[in-house]
Amino acid sequence: MIFNPAIILEKLPEIGSGLFVTLILWVVGIAGGVAAGFLVATTRRFGGRVINIGLGALVEVLRGTPFLIQVFLLYYGGPFVGLMLDPIPCGLIALTVYAAAYYSEIFRAGYAAVPPGHVEAAECLGLSRWQAIRRIQVPEMALIVLPPAVNLAVILLKESAVLSIITVPELTATVSAIGSQQYAFLEAIFVLAVIYWAIVEATGRLGRLAENRLSRLRIANA
Amino acid sequence: MTLKLFTLLLQAAISTVAISLISIAVGFAIAILISAAMISKKPIYVFPARLFVSFFRGVPLLVQLLLIYTLLPVIGLNVPSIVAAIVGMSLCTAAYQAENLRGGFESVPRGLIEAAEVTGLNPRQTFFRIRVPIALRLTFPALINEAIMILKSSSLVSVVGIIELTKMAQDLASSTYLPIPIFATAGLIYLVINSAVALIGRFAERSLGGAST
Repeated sequence: MIFNPAIILEKLPEIGSGLFVTLILWVVGIAGGVAAGFLVATTRRFGGRVINIGLGALVEVLRGTPFLIQVFLLYYGGPFVGLMLDPIPCGLIALTVYAAAYYSEIFRAGYAAVPPGHVEAAECLGLSRWQAIRRIQVPEMALIVLPPAVNLAVILLKESAVLSIITVPELTATVSAIGSQQYAFLEAIFVLAVIYWAIVEATGRLGRLAENRLSRLRIANA
Repeated sequence: MTLKLFTLLLQAAISTVAISLISIAVGFAIAILISAAMISKKPIYVFPARLFVSFFRGVPLLVQLLLIYTLLPVIGLNVPSIVAAIVGMSLCTAAYQAENLRGGFESVPRGLIEAAEVTGLNPRQTFFRIRVPIALRLTFPALINEAIMILKSSSLVSVVGIIELTKMAQDLASSTYLPIPIFATAGLIYLVINSAVALIGRFAERSLGGAST
């Protein structure tokens, strides 16, 4: 057998469209997940005991079950409760909810890592609760939260490959389909692996760069 | 959701647990070798070990499984798909465990290693009798986390046709038209298994005398 990845690279436009879908899913999933996760963590912290326990249980369920099961539940179970979703929106919702659960835990740890004295000092100075969150807690959290947040972003990119199973036309689905058409499945999967690997490595580097910048900024301000 | 369906799911869950346990154990053995290579300071060992870890941590498990599933027959290894699945999961978890262990090895106090050398232990004895046990204790919580990750990731081997919890749930859901109760129950079984692992982990951590000592 001749190993020739060039057969796959001839289909560059199709690979590009799969990559585009993957990147959209990824970016929207991260943005939605960060926003919702922050909201969940903040509500849990300031919303009282009952809300904290309720949201905590929800987060535990989302973190304790496989992403694939969540996707199946939404995609195949949705129509039974009147929720008919096409693969792409279904994948997007599933990925965002999954991301939100994990991001909320990162933000929770971030909140916990800010010394309470700083917040009390802010309140003594007459800052309102919201001002203390926005001006003291969130900036202090940013540095603590960045490394695990980048790590999670990488995990989400990899999880997005799972969406190929419900026929979302993302990178994995597209490239493996090309492989089947061209009778070059091994080459296809090899190309696929290299593309993911490149994005993950680039993200990791970018994350470390941002971390350095942010910590330098902090030292400069201190 | 009848008792019969529930029993079928539970039986499939046994496969999930078995596949995960084997993968974690095999992955752990590989991880010790890889992390030893990573801390060896000899480029000829360090480079391939780093490449291995970077690749298996940088590529989705689903893609790794597809890669191994197609690669093994091509290089003349016609193994059953369950073996391919376990090989794929083991290599993936090996990369993550190796990275954890490397961190553990690096935080073994220098003084202990020096003391071992002064006492007359040779490098191999120092490695297996001093560094490995201490690194293991330091990385135990990370190992438990990894076990939970693998239990969840094992749902992906359903894609290469192995009957485990997720595949069983999928088959039952399509034959009974009851996707919601079946997938919810499958999810619940995963949740119970993972909570049990976390609980055992916490218990073991305490009887190890705390991970930080």
